[in-house]
Amino acid sequence: MAQTFLDSNELVLNMGPQHPSTHGVLRVILKLDGERVNGTECVIGYLHRGVEKIAESRTYQMFAPYVDRMDYVAAVSNGLGYVLAVERLINAEAPPRAQVARVILTELNRIASHLLWLGTHALDVGAITPLFYTLREREEVLKIFENYCGARLTTHAFRIGGLQYELYDGFEAEVNAFCDWFIPKIDEYEELLTNNRIWKDRLVGVGILNAADCKRYGVTGPVLRAAGVKWDLRKAQPYSGYEQYDFEIPVGTNADTYDRYLVRMEEMRQSIRIVRQAVAAIPDGPIMAKVAKVLKPPVGEAYVSIEAPKGELGYFVVSDGTINPYRVRVRPPSLINLQALDQMVKGALVADVVAIIGTLDIVLGEIDR
Amino acid sequence: MAATAWEDELTSELAQRYGSRIERFATYLGQKFLVAEVGAVPEIVETLQLDWEFDYLVDITGVDYPARPKRFELFYILYSFARNERVRIKCSLAEGERPRSVCSIHATADWLEREVYDMFGIEFAEHPNLRRLLLPEDWQGFPLRRDANILAMDNRWVKENLGIESGQ
Repeated sequence: MAQTFLDSNELVLNMGPQHPSTHGVLRVILKLDGERVNGTECVIGYLHRGVEKIAESRTYQMFAPYVDRMDYVAAVSNGLGYVLAVERLINAEAPPRAQVARVILTELNRIASHLLWLGTHALDVGAITPLFYTLREREEVLKIFENYCGARLTTHAFRIGGLQYELYDGFEAEVNAFCDWFIPKIDEYEELLTNNRIWKDRLVGVGILNAADCKRYGVTGPVLRAAGVKWDLRKAQPYSGYEQYDFEIPVGTNADTYDRYLVRMEEMRQSIRIVRQAVAAIPDGPIMAKVAKVLKPPVGEAYVSIEAPKGELGYFVVSDGTINPYRVRVRPPSLINLQALDQMVKGALVADVVAIIGTLDIVLGEIDR
Repeated sequence: MAATAWEDELTSELAQRYGSRIERFATYLGQKFLVAEVGAVPEIVETLQLDWEFDYLVDITGVDYPARPKRFELFYILYSFARNERVRIKCSLAEGERPRSVCSIHATADWLEREVYDMFGIEFAEHPNLRRLLLPEDWQGFPLRRDANILAMDNRWVKENLGIESGQ
């Protein structure tokens, strides 16, 4: 076929770093042929704060609040991963009461994270209304965090060995009330979106990443599950007592943006299920294990990972026997998942790039660290 | 708690295949790892992927020990969905040694190796696009080396780019 002047001319377009739909400071260099995307290159690092370097000069406890600043919409999950990694190194385990409280707060945080994702993703795709609803519901989760530890976003909710604060009076009632109130809200979102023709037009068949490609790129979390892989670290390698709870792992079949939406919606329902079971069975007892005030883990290293809202969040901590960690490596799910962007957007339209970045659910604070 | 030996079908086959190129198999805190020669790592990663279904490269990262003759340690963390098992490969290398990239085996390695290069200055041979990942391309030095002076880096940057003393 003869090439005209127009379709032989590749246009290079910078999307970001200041662009509302890149969810932070992500710069994507798009190579365009008309409206079609031929290739992309991600430029990251605008938010790099050297978190891993900071760890070298802090004690184990002092570093814990820093991890909240990575994935700042899921700070509780970040904190959980870190304290579990250090607990593994010092061979300590949080008491049962603390573990149940951790599960409740982490699952509430998963809901908060998914709500922010849903609102902004819908906004990117052109539906403004859901954002107001999801932020309203997320507010209730943040209020519970605020009541518990005084902070809403960067909570520093957990300590190495357990919890610092006892659950406040009326915690169970408040969480239960939230669960009862929230479940119909998910149905409301679904009413707005699931069978909405514009929503489906924008999402169905867009940004397909099949299971084999997910594994090749190391993509985890809802993106992997939407490709039909029933894999969730809470089930595969349970931590914090997740094996006690009865819940399902939702999976998709078409591995597209629409399935990833459905998977995350169902995950919120499952999180509520876990929270309800956990609240009903909070054991009595101490909230802190016997952990030395000055931590000096024996020389060695450990890798511990959890199922964060965005995928596998891992901490690789190396101890040299002193009070400071010799090295803390964070394996952020957003960074690894973003790497698959190029594969997902090839051949798509520019407008789809926005939908695909949204569906990956990235947080730049975590990518750049 | 010390590391204990790790022996099963997998280790006996790898030991037979790679002989002295794998120094030891061990578990520490319930986590399996093997210590190998840096040159053998890409082959081991490939063998684990093809024969043992370790099809997910979780992470590649480095640790710096400036006082040692082989100052860097590289870690490759692999996971198998089918076996629900995690294995860590550990190797040591000296300054200037160039480990071979595993990009052709796991696409994930692209950014992970770029980050190791960015932070430690370890150059991966045969990497298709070895540039800095997080830091600006004109950045001097490698911050995650233990002897990197972050304050000096910052002061120099402020002086060069803003023309003032940073006052730190």
